[in-house]
Amino acid sequence: MNQSAEKTVFAPWHDPDETPLIAFSNVTKRFGDFTAIDSISLDIYRREFFALLGPSGCGKTTLMRMLGGFETPTSGTITIDGQDMAGVPPNKRAVNMMFQSYALFPHLSVWDNIAFGLRRDRLPKEQVAARVEEMIKLVRLDKFARRKPHQISGGQRQRVALARSLAKAPKLLLLDEPLGALDKKLRQDTQFELMDIQEKTGTTFVIVTHDQEEAMTVASRIAVMDDGRLIQVDTPDRIYETPNSVYVADFIGDVNLIEGNASPRGDGKTLLHWAEGQPPLVAECPHAPETQARCTFAIRPEKVSISKDRPSDRTNVIQGRIEDIAYLGSLSVYSVLLANGTRVKAQTANNRRLSRRELTWEDDVWLSWTETAGIVLDK
Amino acid sequence: MRRLTWFNTTSLALGFAFLYLPMVILIIFSFNESRLVTVWAGFSTKWYGELLQNQAFLDAALVTLKVGVASSTIATVLGTMAAYVLVRGGRFFGRTLFSGMIYAPLVMPEVITGLSLLLLFISIGLDRGMFTIVLAHATFSMCYVSVVVSSRLVSFDKSLEEAALDLGSSAFEAFRLVTLPIIAPAVVSGWLLALTLSLDDLVIASFVAGPSSTTLPIKIFSSVRLGVSPEINALSTILILIVAVGTISASLVTKRAVKRRQAEEQMAAG
Amino acid sequence: MNLRRFSLISVPYLWLFLLFLVPFGIVFKISLSDYAISIPPYTPTLDLATGWAGFKTFLSELDFENYVFLTDDDLYWKAYLSSLKIASIATALTLLVSFPIAYGMANAPDEWRPTLMMLVILPFWTSFLIRVYSWMGILSQEGFLNQFLMGIGLISEPLIILNTNWAVYIGIVYTYCPFMILPIYATLEKLDTSLNEAAVDLGCSRTSAFWLITMPLARPGIIAGCFLVFIPALGEFVIPSLLGGSRTLMIGKVLYEEFFANRDWPVASAVAVVLLLILIVPIVMYQRNQQKMMEAEQ
Repeated sequence: MNQSAEKTVFAPWHDPDETPLIAFSNVTKRFGDFTAIDSISLDIYRREFFALLGPSGCGKTTLMRMLGGFETPTSGTITIDGQDMAGVPPNKRAVNMMFQSYALFPHLSVWDNIAFGLRRDRLPKEQVAARVEEMIKLVRLDKFARRKPHQISGGQRQRVALARSLAKAPKLLLLDEPLGALDKKLRQDTQFELMDIQEKTGTTFVIVTHDQEEAMTVASRIAVMDDGRLIQVDTPDRIYETPNSVYVADFIGDVNLIEGNASPRGDGKTLLHWAEGQPPLVAECPHAPETQARCTFAIRPEKVSISKDRPSDRTNVIQGRIEDIAYLGSLSVYSVLLANGTRVKAQTANNRRLSRRELTWEDDVWLSWTETAGIVLDK
Repeated sequence: MRRLTWFNTTSLALGFAFLYLPMVILIIFSFNESRLVTVWAGFSTKWYGELLQNQAFLDAALVTLKVGVASSTIATVLGTMAAYVLVRGGRFFGRTLFSGMIYAPLVMPEVITGLSLLLLFISIGLDRGMFTIVLAHATFSMCYVSVVVSSRLVSFDKSLEEAALDLGSSAFEAFRLVTLPIIAPAVVSGWLLALTLSLDDLVIASFVAGPSSTTLPIKIFSSVRLGVSPEINALSTILILIVAVGTISASLVTKRAVKRRQAEEQMAAG
Repeated sequence: MNLRRFSLISVPYLWLFLLFLVPFGIVFKISLSDYAISIPPYTPTLDLATGWAGFKTFLSELDFENYVFLTDDDLYWKAYLSSLKIASIATALTLLVSFPIAYGMANAPDEWRPTLMMLVILPFWTSFLIRVYSWMGILSQEGFLNQFLMGIGLISEPLIILNTNWAVYIGIVYTYCPFMILPIYATLEKLDTSLNEAAVDLGCSRTSAFWLITMPLARPGIIAGCFLVFIPALGEFVIPSLLGGSRTLMIGKVLYEEFFANRDWPVASAVAVVLLLILIVPIVMYQRNQQKMMEAEQ
C-alpha cells in the first residue's frame, strides 16, 4: 500500500498483492429443489467490515452459515486463510458467530457465557479469567458480570453476545442481524460501537442484514444479494451513487425511476428520450447502451432541485405540479406530477422556518438537475 | 366478556366437590374408630398403627418403590434419548415406525400391554419378578417421558446448540453443557411422571409380577376386591397426602420462580 | 460422531422394538395357535432345531380358529358390544359433567386459573386405584350416598348402585374427567372474548351467542376430550372389576379372566388382537382431529 504522506485508504480489494481471507469460488447450495445460493464467487479481505445485504430469503444467511460451518456447500469451495473448509465442523473453525437471537445460554451468567468458548479450549483458569475480564471491559458490562441473561436489558444482551463471540479472538466474526432486536435509537448508537470494536480488535467482520442504512453505516464493502446471487459488491458510496442495476438503486435508499429509450451522445453521456415532446434527459451511463436500448434513468430525490421559476443553468429541466408534500422535520419531500403522469420526488433541506417556505400544494414548479446527478441503467 | 356468572360459580363448586369429596370422605373415615367404614364411631389413629404392623403391606411398598425408582430412571434416560432422536435426529431408516412405537403405548389398553409382555417373558424363559416389572414399566413410561421432553425440545432455540458448537464444543459437550441443563425441568417432570405411573400401575404389574414381587397396587387390589377396609383407607390417605404435598409445593415453587423471573426481567428492561 | 448418532438412535429403538413390537408379534402368533394342556398351554411351538421344514409345519398349523370361536361364543361379541356401549355412555356423561367445569374455569378471573388448573391436575398424580376404590364406600347399599339420600328423605329404600353398570359409569366419569376438562378448557381459554361481544353487538342474545360462537369454536377440544376418555375406557379393567357387577361385561375384564382364570392363552390373545383392531378407528380419528387443531393454530 502507498505509505506516502497522503491519507491511506483502506481498500485491500484494489491491491493485487493482497490475498483474501475468505474466498468463495462457484459456491452453490441447494435445499432439495430450492437453490439458496447460485454459483457465487466472492473474496473478503482481512480487517474488512463486510455486509451481506438483501431481502429475506435472498440467501445471505445461508452464505454466512456456510462460513460458520452450519451448512455445507452443494458444490464449489470455500477457503478461509487459504485452507479449504470442506468437512471442517463448526467447533474446529477459527470462526465465531453472533446469532440473531443472541443464543445466550440462559442458565449461565454473563461471565460464564463469555468464558464458555475459552473453557472449551482447555485454557488455564487464570488465562480464561483474564480474557473474560478484558472482554467485559471492552463491552462495558463490568457491573453485570454475575447476572443471568434474563436479568439484563436487550442492549446489554447484545453486548454479551458480541463479547462471547470475540473472546476466542477469531479470525473472522459472523454477525447475523446483530441489531435486529434493538429499537431504532439504541441501534444507531450500537452501530458506532460495533465499528469501534471492530477497529480496536482488528477482526474481520461479516454482517448479515436486511437494513440498508445499517449496512451503509458500518460496512467497508456491501454485497447486495437477490435470489441467491450477488448483484453488486462495492463500497457503500459507490453502491449508492453508481448502482449497477435498477434492483440495487431501488433497494438502497429512495430513488426516482424514469424509463425511456437511450442513445449515446458520444462524449460519455447518454440521452434518454422519456416522453413525447419533451427534451431528452442527459445523464452518465457507465455501461454505454446500444442505440435505442430501453433503459431506466435513476436519480436520488435529494439531487433534484425544485423551484418556482425556471432555472437557466441546468441541463435537465422538467415542469410539473406539486401533488403532495411530506414534511419530515429536517427535510421536506415533494411529490411532483409530470405532464405524462410520471411522479418524481424532490427533497429539500428545511434550513428555513416552515412559514418562510414558498412552495405549496398545486403549485406549478420546475424540477432540475445536472448532467452528473443521475445515472442511466440498462438492467 | 369473561364473567363469573352464578352458573359458572355453581358448576365450579359442584365440579370440584365431585372431584374431591370422595377423597375427603376416604381421609375422614381412615380416622374412624370402627371397622365399619360407613358409620362414624369416634376419632382414632389405630388403623395407621395396624398398617405399620402389616409386614405384607410394607414389603409391597418397598417393592413398589424399588421398581418405581429403577424403572422411572431407565425410562427417563431412554425417553430423553428417544425425544432427542425424534426432534433432532433428522431422517433415518424406520423413523415412522420409531415414532409410531413412541406414541402407540400411550393409547394401548393396559391389559394388552401386560398380556403381550408376559407372553414375551414366558417365551424367552425369563423368570417373572421385580426385574420383569421394571422392564415393563420402563417400556411404557419411556414413551410418556419422551412426549414430555420432546415438547420441550421443540420449543428449544436451536441456535443455542449451534452457539455451543461455534464456541468449540463437541456435539456431546453441547448436549451436556447447554441442552441438558435447559431441558432439565422437563426431564425431571418426565421422571416424576414415570415414577407416578409405575407406583400406580396395577394391570401390567399383575401380568408380569412373580409370586415374590407383589407390588402395593396388587396388594391393595386383592384386598379391596373383598370390600372396603379401614386399613386401606389409612394407606390411601397417606398416599393422597404425599401426592398433594408434593404437587402443591412443586406448584408453589414454580409460581415463585416465575414471579421472581418476571420481576427481574422488568428491572432489567427498565 | 456417526457411531454416537447410531447408538443414540438404536438404543431406544431396539428397546421399543424388543419390548413393544416383538411382544405383539407373539400375541398375534399365539392367537393363531391351538389351546393345549401343556406348558406353555398352546401348540404349535416353533422349534427352530427342525429347520425350514419345521417352520413350514409350524405355519401350516396356525389358523383363525380362535377368531371363529370369538364369533361363535356370544360372550365375546356381547362383551365387545357392551364395552362400546359403556364407553360411549360414560364418555357422554363425562362431557356433560366436564363442560361446565371447563367453561367455569375459562371464565374465572386470571389469578384463579393456575390454582383451578392445579386442582384439576392433582387427581392425575393420585393413584387411579385409590380414586376408584374411594367410590366403593360411597356407592354401597349402606354407603354415604344412600345414607345421604335417605337422610334428606328423597328415597326410603337404599338404591342398588354398586356392582351395576351405573357404578361403572360413575367410576369412569370420575377418573377420566380431567382428560375431558383440560382440552376443552384449553380451547375455551384461547377464545377471543371479543367474538362473543361482537355477536351480542350484532343482536345475538348471550345464550344464542354461546350456541352460535362458543360451542362451534370449542368443538375440536370437545372431540379431543371425548376420544381421550373413550379410548382408555374401552379397554378398562380396574373400574368394571371393582365397581361393576358380575353382569357388567367389559372386554378388558373378559381378557383378564380368560387368561388367568381359564388359562386359555390363544383365545385371550385373539381377544386382544380384535380389541386392538377396534381401537384403531377412534385412534385414527383422534389423530386427525389433533392434526386439524394444529393446522388451525398455524
